[in-house]
Amino acid sequence: MSAGTSHPPAVHVVLGDEELLVERAVRDTLAAARRVDPAVDLTRLKAADLTAPYLLEMISSTLFSEGRVVVLEAAQSVSEEIGKAILDYAKAPSDGVVLVVLHSNSGGTKAGKALPAALRKAGAQITECAKITKPAEREAFVKAEIRRAGGKIDAAAVTALIDAVGSDLRELAMAASQLVADTGGTVTEEAVRRYHRGKAEVNGFAVAEKVVSGDRAAALESLRWALQIGVPHVLIADAIADAVRTIARVSAAGRGNPYSMAGELGMPPWKIRRAQSQARGWSREALAESMAIVARLNADVKGAAADPEYALERAALEIAAARSNR
Amino acid sequence: MSVWRQLVGQEPAVAVLSAAAAGEGMTHSWLFTGPPGSGRTVAARAFAAALQCESRTGCGECAHCRTVMAGTHADVRFVEPEGLSISVAEMRSLVQTAARRPSTGRWQIVIVADADRLTEGASNALLKAVEEPPARTVFLLCAPSDHPEDVMVTIRSRCRVVTLRTPPADAIARVLIERDGIDEERARWAASVCGGHVGRARRLATDEAARSRRAEVLRIPVSLRRPDDVFAFADLLITAAEADAVAESARRDEAEEAELRIAMGGDGTGRGTAGAKRAAEAAVNQLRKRQKSRATRTQRDSIDLALVDLANFYRDVLVYPTGATLTHPDHEDQIRSAAERWSPESTLRRLEAVLECREALQLNVKPRIAVEAMVTALARG
Repeated sequence: MSAGTSHPPAVHVVLGDEELLVERAVRDTLAAARRVDPAVDLTRLKAADLTAPYLLEMISSTLFSEGRVVVLEAAQSVSEEIGKAILDYAKAPSDGVVLVVLHSNSGGTKAGKALPAALRKAGAQITECAKITKPAEREAFVKAEIRRAGGKIDAAAVTALIDAVGSDLRELAMAASQLVADTGGTVTEEAVRRYHRGKAEVNGFAVAEKVVSGDRAAALESLRWALQIGVPHVLIADAIADAVRTIARVSAAGRGNPYSMAGELGMPPWKIRRAQSQARGWSREALAESMAIVARLNADVKGAAADPEYALERAALEIAAARSNR
Repeated sequence: MSVWRQLVGQEPAVAVLSAAAAGEGMTHSWLFTGPPGSGRTVAARAFAAALQCESRTGCGECAHCRTVMAGTHADVRFVEPEGLSISVAEMRSLVQTAARRPSTGRWQIVIVADADRLTEGASNALLKAVEEPPARTVFLLCAPSDHPEDVMVTIRSRCRVVTLRTPPADAIARVLIERDGIDEERARWAASVCGGHVGRARRLATDEAARSRRAEVLRIPVSLRRPDDVFAFADLLITAAEADAVAESARRDEAEEAELRIAMGGDGTGRGTAGAKRAAEAAVNQLRKRQKSRATRTQRDSIDLALVDLANFYRDVLVYPTGATLTHPDHEDQIRSAAERWSPESTLRRLEAVLECREALQLNVKPRIAVEAMVTALARG
C-alpha cells in the first residue's frame, strides 16, 4: 500500500475481498493521483453492467487531459470483451487516467479469472487484500495499524485489544487509531483495558474448554460473556457435551499415539491430543457423572428447564464439582 | 370372517364395542387406550367397520366391512401421523370434512391413530368438534393411555374410554400360527418375548434382522466390561437406528419426490412452465420437511424399541427372585446370573437410566448424547 510515488501506475489491481483494505488501496491510489493533479475525479463502475464502448470512453484521455481515477468493481465477473479492453488499456495506458481493478480473486467468469495474471504480466501494480483469517495475521494487522497511526504496542496489548474488540478489521483499525490518539503513542495492555472491557467473541467451544478444564471462575466468566453476546444456548450445551464425551471417549480408549487412534475414534488427531491432556484431571467416576449432567443439560436447553441460562450455569458448576471431587 | 377376529385376546373390549355397534350404548366419541401393540388402531378400525356394516355386526363380508378394513371406505377417515406430531392445520381441515353427512355409510367416522401426537393447538381444534359433534359423526381416538400427558383432559372427559389389555402370550401365538402360518415353536417363542406387542411378535417371528438386532441389544447388559465398551455399544444402538432411518428414506423419499414433481408439472420444458416449476419447488420443499420429520421419527422409534427391550431385561433381573413371568424368557441364564451379581438397588438404577434415556429422546435430546449417558450409567451400576 505504499502509494507514495509521485506517479501512480496506470493500472492498479486490488486482489481479495477484505473490504477495509480494498477501500484503503483505492483511497491511496486516489490520493497519489491527486498529488499529481488535484482536480482528479473518481468514477466507480460495476463490471457486470458495463459495456465495452462505455469503458473505453471512460478510460481514454479527454480533450483537456483532465486526470481521472476509474474504479472497476467486481472485475471477476467481466465479460470476455471487457476483459480484452482492460488488457489493451494496460498495454497502452492513456495519460493521467488511472484504472483501479477490484477483483475478489474467487468465482467469476472465465475471462475474469484470467484477468489478474494477464494484468500482472502487462506490468500492472498488484495489491493483495485477502481476507484475514489467521490469528497471527490479525495480530500483525493490529501492530501495523498502530504503527501507521504513529504509535507502539506490545504483544500483550495486541491480544487484549483483539479479545475486546473482535475480529472485524474496521473496528480494529478504528480502535487502534483511537488508542494511539488517547495514549499519546505507547499502547500498553493497561491502556487497552482502560478503554476496552469484556470479550467481543466467545463461542461455545471456548466455554466448553474452560468448563472441562475445571477452572470454575473462568468457566462461569466465559459462559456469561457467551450468553451476553447472544450465543444460542443449544450451541453452548452441545459444545460442552462434545467436550465431555471426547474426553470420556479418549480416556476410555487408553493411552496411545493420536495419529493411530484417529481412525478408530473418528476424531482428528489434534482433538485427541488435546483431550488426552485434558483427561489427566478426570477420574472415570467424574466423567460418568458429567455425561449424565450434559445429557440432562441438553434436554434443559431444549425446553425442559424454565430458564436455560440457569441450567447452563448449574451444569458448568456441577461439572466443575464432579471433576474436583476425585 | 368377522372383523373382530383381528383383535387378539381382547374379548371384554369386543363385547362392549359390538354391543355399541348394534345400537346399545352408542356415543359420538370413543377413546381407545392400551399398551403398545395391543391393537388400539385395529380395534378402532374394526369398530368403524361394524358401525358401517350392513348387518351391524361387523360381518367382514359386506362391501362396507371390506372397504373399511382396506382403508378405502368413503366415510371413514384414517389419520396416522408419520412425522413427530399432528399439526393444527391438519386437524382443522379434518374437522371440516368430519362435519359432512355420510355419503354411503351410516356414519361419518374419523379415526386418529396416535392421538397422543396431537399438538396442543390441534387438540383444541379437535375439542370443538368433539364437544358439539354433527349428528352422524363419530370420532375414534387411539392413545397409549388416558393420562393427561397423552390426551387432553377436556377431550378425555367427552369420550367413552375402551381399555385394551396386554394380550396373553397364548392368544398371540395362536394368531401367529393361524393367520400368518408360522410354525408353532417359533410362534410360541415370538409370543413369549414380544412383551404383549402383536406386531412385534410377528416381526420377530418373520424377520431375521429383527431377531439379530434384539439379540445384540440384549447382549449389552452382560457384556459391558471395559470402559471402551460404553462407546462401542452406544455406537451400535445409534448407527443401527440411523441405518433404519436411512433405509426408510431410501425406500420412499425419492419416489415420493418424483411423483410430486410429475403431479405438479415441475419437469415441464418450454414456454409457460416457469410458474409450474416454482410451485413444484415449493411443494417439494414442504415434502422434504415432512420427510425429515419422518426420518427423525423412524430413528427415534428404532432406538426406543431397543430401549424397551433393555428396560425389560433389567425389569426381569429385578423381579427374578420373586419368580414372576419374565419378558425375555429365552435369556433366563443371563438374567439369573445378573440377578445374583447385582444388588437390587443397582439394577433399579440401571432400569431408571434406560427410562430416563427414553424420556430424554422425547425431549429432543441428541440421540448420541442421551444414549452414551445411558450406557455410561449402565456400566457404572
